[in-house]
Amino acid sequence: MSSVAYQVMWNRLISVVEEQAQALVRTAFSTSVREAGDLSAGVYNADGLMLAQAVTGTPGHVNAMADAVAHFIRRIGPENISEGDVYITNDPWEGTGHLHDITVVSPSFHHGRLVGFFACTAHVVDIGGRGFGADAASVYEEGLYIPIMKFADRGKVDDTLIRIVRGNVREPDQLVGDIYALATCNEIGHRRLIEMMNEFALTDLEGIGAFILENARRATLERIAALPRETATGAMRIDGFATPIDLKVKLTIEKDRIHCDFEGTSGLDKKGINVPLVYTKAYACYALKCAIAPEIPNNAASLAPFEVSAPVDSIVNAVHPAPVALRHVIGHMIPDTVYDALDKILPATVPAEGAGCLCNFQVSLRPAPGKTGRRSEVLTFNSGGAGARPTVDGLNATAFPSGVMTMPIEATEHTGPVIIWRKELRPDSGGAGEHRGGLGQYMEVGAAEGHEFDFSAMFDRVDHPARGRQGGRDGAATTIAQDDGTPMRGKGKQHVPEGRRVKLAFPGGAGYGDVARRDPELVKRDLARGYISAEAARDEYGMTAAAVEAVLAAVAKGETA
Amino acid sequence: MQNHIRMGVDIGGTFTDVVLEVGKDQYSTKVLTTYAAPEDAIIDGMHQVCTKARIAPGQIAQIIHGTTLATNALIERRGARTALITTEGFRDVIEMRTESRFEQYDLNLQLPEPLLPRQHRFTLKERVDAQGNILIALDRPDVEALVDQITSYRFESVAIGLIHAYLNDSHERMIRDVLAEKLPGVMISLSSEVSPQMREYERFNTTVANAYIKPLMKSYLGRLEGRLADEGAQCPIFLMHSGGGIISLESAAEFPVRLVESGPAGGAVFAADIAARYGLKKVLSFDMGGTTAKICLIKNQTPKTARVFEVARTYRFKKGSGMPISIPVIDMVEIGAGGGSLAHVDAMRQIRVGPESAGSEPGPACYGRGGERPAVTDADLILGKLDPESFAGGSIKLHSDASARALATLGEPLEMDAQTAAFGLAEVVDENMANAARVHAVENGEDLAGYTMIAFGGAAPLHAGRLCEKLGVDRLLVPTGAGVGSAIGFLRAPFSFEATRSVYMKLSDFAPDTVKALLGELEKEATGFVRTCDAKAPINAEYKVYMRYTGQGWEIPITLTATQAESPDATTFQALFEADYTTLFGRTVAGMDIEITVWAVNATTEAIVADSLGDTPAGLRAAPANKRALFDPVAGAACDADVILRDALNPGDTVSGPALITEDETTIVVPVSRTAIARSDGTIDITEKRA
Repeated sequence: MSSVAYQVMWNRLISVVEEQAQALVRTAFSTSVREAGDLSAGVYNADGLMLAQAVTGTPGHVNAMADAVAHFIRRIGPENISEGDVYITNDPWEGTGHLHDITVVSPSFHHGRLVGFFACTAHVVDIGGRGFGADAASVYEEGLYIPIMKFADRGKVDDTLIRIVRGNVREPDQLVGDIYALATCNEIGHRRLIEMMNEFALTDLEGIGAFILENARRATLERIAALPRETATGAMRIDGFATPIDLKVKLTIEKDRIHCDFEGTSGLDKKGINVPLVYTKAYACYALKCAIAPEIPNNAASLAPFEVSAPVDSIVNAVHPAPVALRHVIGHMIPDTVYDALDKILPATVPAEGAGCLCNFQVSLRPAPGKTGRRSEVLTFNSGGAGARPTVDGLNATAFPSGVMTMPIEATEHTGPVIIWRKELRPDSGGAGEHRGGLGQYMEVGAAEGHEFDFSAMFDRVDHPARGRQGGRDGAATTIAQDDGTPMRGKGKQHVPEGRRVKLAFPGGAGYGDVARRDPELVKRDLARGYISAEAARDEYGMTAAAVEAVLAAVAKGETA
Repeated sequence: MQNHIRMGVDIGGTFTDVVLEVGKDQYSTKVLTTYAAPEDAIIDGMHQVCTKARIAPGQIAQIIHGTTLATNALIERRGARTALITTEGFRDVIEMRTESRFEQYDLNLQLPEPLLPRQHRFTLKERVDAQGNILIALDRPDVEALVDQITSYRFESVAIGLIHAYLNDSHERMIRDVLAEKLPGVMISLSSEVSPQMREYERFNTTVANAYIKPLMKSYLGRLEGRLADEGAQCPIFLMHSGGGIISLESAAEFPVRLVESGPAGGAVFAADIAARYGLKKVLSFDMGGTTAKICLIKNQTPKTARVFEVARTYRFKKGSGMPISIPVIDMVEIGAGGGSLAHVDAMRQIRVGPESAGSEPGPACYGRGGERPAVTDADLILGKLDPESFAGGSIKLHSDASARALATLGEPLEMDAQTAAFGLAEVVDENMANAARVHAVENGEDLAGYTMIAFGGAAPLHAGRLCEKLGVDRLLVPTGAGVGSAIGFLRAPFSFEATRSVYMKLSDFAPDTVKALLGELEKEATGFVRTCDAKAPINAEYKVYMRYTGQGWEIPITLTATQAESPDATTFQALFEADYTTLFGRTVAGMDIEITVWAVNATTEAIVADSLGDTPAGLRAAPANKRALFDPVAGAACDADVILRDALNPGDTVSGPALITEDETTIVVPVSRTAIARSDGTIDITEKRA
């Protein structure tokens, strides 16, 4: 096979997994998948090594997906793998970190011979148990557990499994629909793979697999070899559930690997914010890849040089049966922790701290006592501000490190009797600096008339806002309360009576560099746009009262700064 | 249409193409686009073609116009001073976008700025819920106070976009009334009129885009009408819209956002017309120019349409890096692959091509204007597809040595010589285009086997043959007039207007009377627009409903017959949906309710009947003008190809691959695996050799 042909085939495999992911977006039922893109998809060789992964989706599944297929091969047993099979699990430790992620794996056969696998993962809105939230004391309370097993055996779907699933979850149609969507997307990937194998007269994926893995390994190692061989430590304190959590990392760059060791990190939490190691690996690895080798695609070889370890029973290496439903809250904070260390080795590369974890919440709506109405589970994904970068401001209300999208509020309001009264930028929440942190956002949530709800909060940075870098200032903290002033907690399920609304302010990103060095034109622009208030322009950025007046007068005349 | 003289005009980024059709005769010209006053190029072009045809401008009965001006105004941010008035609590919808990053691994990513800065977005206390009920009524005094407040801003145009206004437009209308009263000169765009569809970001952005370009387009269209009249052309002028039909000048001025992408839409209509001439039911149109390639599926001689697309992508043509516009549009994939696309070797030692382009200055290395990096055209030259002496009719001499140097540099880290590097480059760009076509086909539930490709645009005939091999497409047509395909397409487009509405209905709650009334209303609206163009012609209505399983986010368009629309029933709707769902995704989902989310009626005059193709007489095997070494990508080695002048081919003449059919504008590559025949309309018809 010529090198040109292999180049063409590698391109093709990347296109195949993108198409696999798109098919999932189009057929899924959960808003988390179809609107927010909380999913991933990949293709593997017959040994279970990942050859390509779709860029559509979210980094939390990066390594988890890379490891998952090997677990399936081991659990199912190579001798039991047949054409037409579809496998399934939501095992947090052998899948992608919590019961709400369903992973489906399908073997690919060509001329009767196993040539590879397709795998995909999607975050479903409900898996039973206590509902999506931090409140469980063990994984048993967090919902239905599906061990690695056959969803379909030689094409025949396991009806017993479907009945058990249906009987254990709040939105059975949606969940079963999503499982079918996962199976369908693997099927679409498989069809395209076979077309490619026919076109190039391949009987297996060994040649192309070796070509991909070899080139990706070499490119990754070249990048690592060019870095200073140093060690640095990073640390960050965050809210946790009831007590603060310390995340600590020691980063060691060697000539052919980078090692992150989370020794010293806090132990397990009693509530469901613990993180299986596979998810810790995903976000540590994602953070390093962004900074060091952003354009090298994910596969078994390009991920291998990034090693992650953590003590068993630390919060970033929780083992069964620890509760892990909200593993993303801590997991999304790992990149900022890793960057605290990396900034000491590679200055002027990484951003200041940002909001970190997504600002998600789920509402369980029901008719108020004595009233009639609908029951409904509504999950929304929202973002605070990202940290300022060494040369540019942070992104406003944009997810980092997560890769998911928010849902249109008009779509959200069609899924249940919920009303989103407000969703807009939060001025003055970005940390000041030479480069300003991204703005967080305000939200206000209530139920339709005649309904009450439980609000499951999944927020951090209430007590520990994003910290500035290189002299930049901190971002604003999260706040949460009811509209009559009743205080609420940042995490956990809380009841909201009929007629009350929840008022939320999501955190801003931190600033980068000394605010005195900020371009005065950018300060004026921020004031004109209302990213900063007149008070902040004076107090934080040192504008004179006259200059502030001049900007506001220009705005009222329709001038744009 | 005997003696009916019509003119098609396409304003593109570089050239303004003008085509005059007098009976069966066509006269065309290309004039450089005059950005400051685009009508100048039209006037110039019109006089040129009128002179060629020996007619006076006054004899032109109809002018059909398409333009990139609307698109360019959005890309270059040259719109009017515009405000958005929206629901309290939602000031930043167009700025917050989807709250995600379209490139996940770039730490320094910049998101595109919204069309309007934050200080030009205003809110009013009001709220409609997801069923269209009013939760908070809008107070007229509040509206008056806001209008008074913004008077000092001297806005030329105002967009009004309220939450759930696609279900209930009463508040939007109240704001319009107050604005019209207090600020009579200001142009107004309502989200419930411009794009009455669910999803606030798309709807608001589309409405803002419409408002933003409205003053500019209205003034341009007015000037154009005046100038043409001054020059003697007093005939009606119509505009091509993005959905592949034509609308009146007045409708275009009201909804200029519908003109975005009208040029490429013309190209698709051009291909659809060729498809009709050849009686082809399944066609893939392939248009490749200097910087991009566009691919479109044409079934039953009708280009596929969609409801939303993205313009002004800012980051390597990446999905999500532009802004969404939700209007009826011909569904095309556009990728950064053209003759000028540049190649490099990435960290994985893979050749990557585009979307960065050499443009016309310095151009590909072979232009000899200082370009040092290899472009697609350099690879085409080194592989023998182009003749260095006769490129662009001999007006640009190509430098093979410069191409070879650039390609040798590209190949160095891969231990490839210049020719192998050229082969690699061409294979990668062809694979990129083939992948885009495959993905587009699969997304539409189509299998490309059985499709015919129609290729046009300067670079397409060089690559179409190889693309067909890669896609398993048996037949390729390269029509004449391919250089001005869009402008010819304008002359083939029907009058049409698509009206859409978001209304949710589950099949379990199916209400036939409501459905009938809704479709009737949409038909009336759409027909009204068409009637402003043509008072008499018979109008056909095409009914479409977008359906999905309740809970899904992605709808499938289902086409209804007139009978199904007039006496709708749930069972038929369900059967139609399940059939299409199975085609797309392999199986249906048992036990799920199905819902309809969007309703659309496209009113259209009958398509202009394509001239049927005369029989192809028996011809001769074409005599080669000379021979040239051509690289055969299947064998991976050079072969000896016949060089044939397209002008010298008579209908029925045949050419056997490997061959190159050359003309001033381009060269058609006939691969080793294919054979070609010249048809009576001048089209080159290329098919796989039979064993």
